[in-house]
Amino acid sequence: MTRYASVLDLIGNTPVVDVSALSPKPGVTILAKLEGRNPAGSVKDRVALSMVDAAERNGRLIPGQDGQTLLEPSSGNTGIALAMVCRLRGYHLKVVLPTNVSPERRQLLVAFGAEIIDSPGNEGSNGAVRLAQSLSTDHPEWIFLYQYANPANPLVHYTTTGPEILADVPEITHFVAGLGTSGTLMGVGRYLKEQRPGIQIWAVEPPSGETVDGLRNLDDGYVPPIFSDNDGEKLLDRRVIIRPRESIEWTRRLTEVGLFSGLSAGAVVAGAAKCAASIEDGQSATIVALIADDGWKYLSTGAWSDDLDEVVERAKATIYF
Amino acid sequence: MSAVLRVPTVLRPAMGGATVIAVEGSTVGEVLFKLTTTYPAVKGQLLNDDGTLHRFLNVYVNDDDVRYLGGVDALIANDDEITLLPAVAGGLW
Repeated sequence: MTRYASVLDLIGNTPVVDVSALSPKPGVTILAKLEGRNPAGSVKDRVALSMVDAAERNGRLIPGQDGQTLLEPSSGNTGIALAMVCRLRGYHLKVVLPTNVSPERRQLLVAFGAEIIDSPGNEGSNGAVRLAQSLSTDHPEWIFLYQYANPANPLVHYTTTGPEILADVPEITHFVAGLGTSGTLMGVGRYLKEQRPGIQIWAVEPPSGETVDGLRNLDDGYVPPIFSDNDGEKLLDRRVIIRPRESIEWTRRLTEVGLFSGLSAGAVVAGAAKCAASIEDGQSATIVALIADDGWKYLSTGAWSDDLDEVVERAKATIYF
Repeated sequence: MSAVLRVPTVLRPAMGGATVIAVEGSTVGEVLFKLTTTYPAVKGQLLNDDGTLHRFLNVYVNDDDVRYLGGVDALIANDDEITLLPAVAGGLW
């Protein structure tokens, strides 16, 4: 066994496992990259460490100095990852969190010593972003890393996640991941397209805008600055919605190959299956699907144990992606 | 072509409160333009003056984003399901 000096050294270099048993098409391989193996449990460990390191390098954060506070809107994983990094680096973290996230996410934030500021659940992540922006204006002394606009977010995927995927799967033809801040897709997508220009980048998202009712009109909408800054519309080849029922069905199907994954992973693998189905008969392809986290934080949703219809209804009112 | 269109919460007040409506048109642009004539309150909310999609409107045909299928020129087939969604902050991880 390798010996590590810090938990932070455990971030990245996640394994890839063949889940082609779930592929709807013979000859199309599906591989899952397991980001739940990161120490705080998700792909966001990479982003959190990258943003804090960048802030320390450019002097916004001063290592070892008391009384420094960070502020971040998050529906969970970024907050949890930042809380872990901040605990180790000695910073205080305030997380703006929609009220309708799973209780496990809330508890993990508390476990790592973060302070939670509630934002209205019916406004989703939009509401959390708006409140954090307003708090940041009122408190310029707080360090606002702002994952939606921070170039250190896509950069860490360009420098680590992308190269790891290509090293482990040189035959990759398609990459599928969830679209949230767009950091993963922008960073990995840009790296892979530079290295393999023919590769296809597929984005999967839940129908978030369907249920968010805090919008007055479309002009209240939001496109993450890192998506625009990286010319996301040109970088992506396809962008598909996966609805809650399909996400949960595929989260359950992942257990058939021994994977206990978060609900967004179900959506991403459903997207990978859709991608596989689009490959012409007789053609081969290798799809890498990024599994953002494991299932532990979602046990309270009953996703694996309760009646599917009930879980779907519950999921519509919960932020799980 | 006749298709069904799912209306997001934010546009329902301007479109008579319906959640799902029947629409006609051979392309996404044609369907959206017809909506602006039937429901004048959504004018400026769907299409820009140059006929391109509003920046914060995502349009999906059978759950596939039309920006990657030809944009407003994406074709509509009979019984397709069109979904309009406002672009909102994701980052739910």
